[in-house]
Amino acid sequence: MSLILSSAPHIRTAKTTSRLMGNVLIALLPCAAAGIYYFGLRAALVLAVSTVSAVLAEFIWQKLSRKPITISDLSAAVTGLLIGLTVTPTAPWWMVMIGSFFAVIVVKQLFGGIGDNFLNPALAARAVLLASWPARMTSHPAVGFANVDAVTSATPLTTGAGIGDLLLGNVPGAIGETCKIAILLGLVYLLVSGTISWRISVVTIASAFLFNWALSGSLNDSLVAILSGGLLFGAVYMATDYATSPMQAGSQYFYAILIGVLTIIIRKFGVYPEGVTYAILLANITAPLLDRFIPQKVYGIPSIRKEEKKA
Amino acid sequence: MSASDDKRNLGQVFMNGILNENPTFRLVLGTCPTLATTTSAMNGFGMGLSVTFVLVCSNIVISLLRKFIPDKVRIPSFIVVIAAFVTILQLLLHAYVPSLYESLGIFLPLIVVNCIILARAEAFASKNPVVSSAVDGFGMGLGFTAALTLIGCVRELLGSGSIFGFQILGDAYEPMLIFVLASGGFLTYGLLLGIINAITNHRKLMKLEKGEN
Repeated sequence: MSLILSSAPHIRTAKTTSRLMGNVLIALLPCAAAGIYYFGLRAALVLAVSTVSAVLAEFIWQKLSRKPITISDLSAAVTGLLIGLTVTPTAPWWMVMIGSFFAVIVVKQLFGGIGDNFLNPALAARAVLLASWPARMTSHPAVGFANVDAVTSATPLTTGAGIGDLLLGNVPGAIGETCKIAILLGLVYLLVSGTISWRISVVTIASAFLFNWALSGSLNDSLVAILSGGLLFGAVYMATDYATSPMQAGSQYFYAILIGVLTIIIRKFGVYPEGVTYAILLANITAPLLDRFIPQKVYGIPSIRKEEKKA
Repeated sequence: MSASDDKRNLGQVFMNGILNENPTFRLVLGTCPTLATTTSAMNGFGMGLSVTFVLVCSNIVISLLRKFIPDKVRIPSFIVVIAAFVTILQLLLHAYVPSLYESLGIFLPLIVVNCIILARAEAFASKNPVVSSAVDGFGMGLGFTAALTLIGCVRELLGSGSIFGFQILGDAYEPMLIFVLASGGFLTYGLLLGIINAITNHRKLMKLEKGEN
């Protein structure tokens, strides 16, 4: 019999970065498929450019700065695909490329690479694109006419649409955000595969719904509110990013409520029709603070209150 | 102190403000006007020169008065001197360069509270003779001007496709609007700071390696 002595950790998990990122990629597939179905080949091209250029950006940066190449952990691919899914199908290739390069190099690598970025790279890049080319980012082609430049319209947030169309994705918008059924499919996969916990995504959507209900007093309006724009997409794929969301359950609830409420505040009272991007970015910044200030349970250490009672 | 010693010191004092203690990139002072007025190269350049003018004049006067100003009221006294020169500058610009006066807006009177000027008055002019104080103000001012012009060039090039108003990137270039917005100012400033820190660190390393060999 041979005894092996080794230091901790003794329990290993199969959850590696590439596995988790692979799961996210799989969960994004329905959205990508729905986007290509509704918006045609042009959407496929946008997704391809964004994904390839994000991976390329990571490769080039790590090569130049003589760091180990980590493109095989798939995180750059996820960032790239997320950028592609959050821009309109008519986005020009150079804009998508700038977005991917900005996300990977400025937001992720300059702050130390995966896990050290304080903002969600894909969302930060989207915010930069939105500020840089507002007209290009907010004119969405009508569904089915993606190859005709002339036909553009605003998001349903400004024009209104039926709930059935909203669920199916038969509305103008960004490539991945329109088809809610595809997003829900992705959410189910992420939950079943254990990639994300239900807390952030579900609480975000629920708090946006409740806050909107409290403001408008109409259930129908609130249902439309959570089904339009990018709220569902943001809550499922963006807010749940490991590096930029809080780690403790308590702070995750607070973080999710912050996103839901901020989104509705920006939509109702702000100058922009959509506020998910900025809401999640703001919440990202608060994540480390939330983890610090909201009391947490530490495994193996009895809580301070119990100790005090004993004494 | 011999004459040659004096000269070298003056040279050092002058270069200090431009390189080693560049107010923008090394001391990170006066960031508010730095971010706000660098939407174009011309605005950055104009702001830099305005600050240089006030800095040189206030350094000279404060250095001249350094033995008369009581220690307890020195800050208000400095501010009065600086404010006087800012008012002169404001009237001059309004009369002769109205376009710059318009585009600098509120940031022109705000030069009064620019921390570079107060810092130089406190740290240098109130302790040193007139000539070196003037040279110090000039060096610091030029360092500030160079930094603001650099930031302004980058932002104008990316945000409007031009430098000093001359179209450089052709019509095919769609300006990246974020660079003329406030957030673009933070981005550009942060990235340039990072690049300059990387260069200085690299140089220090090279020097250390050379020294060891």
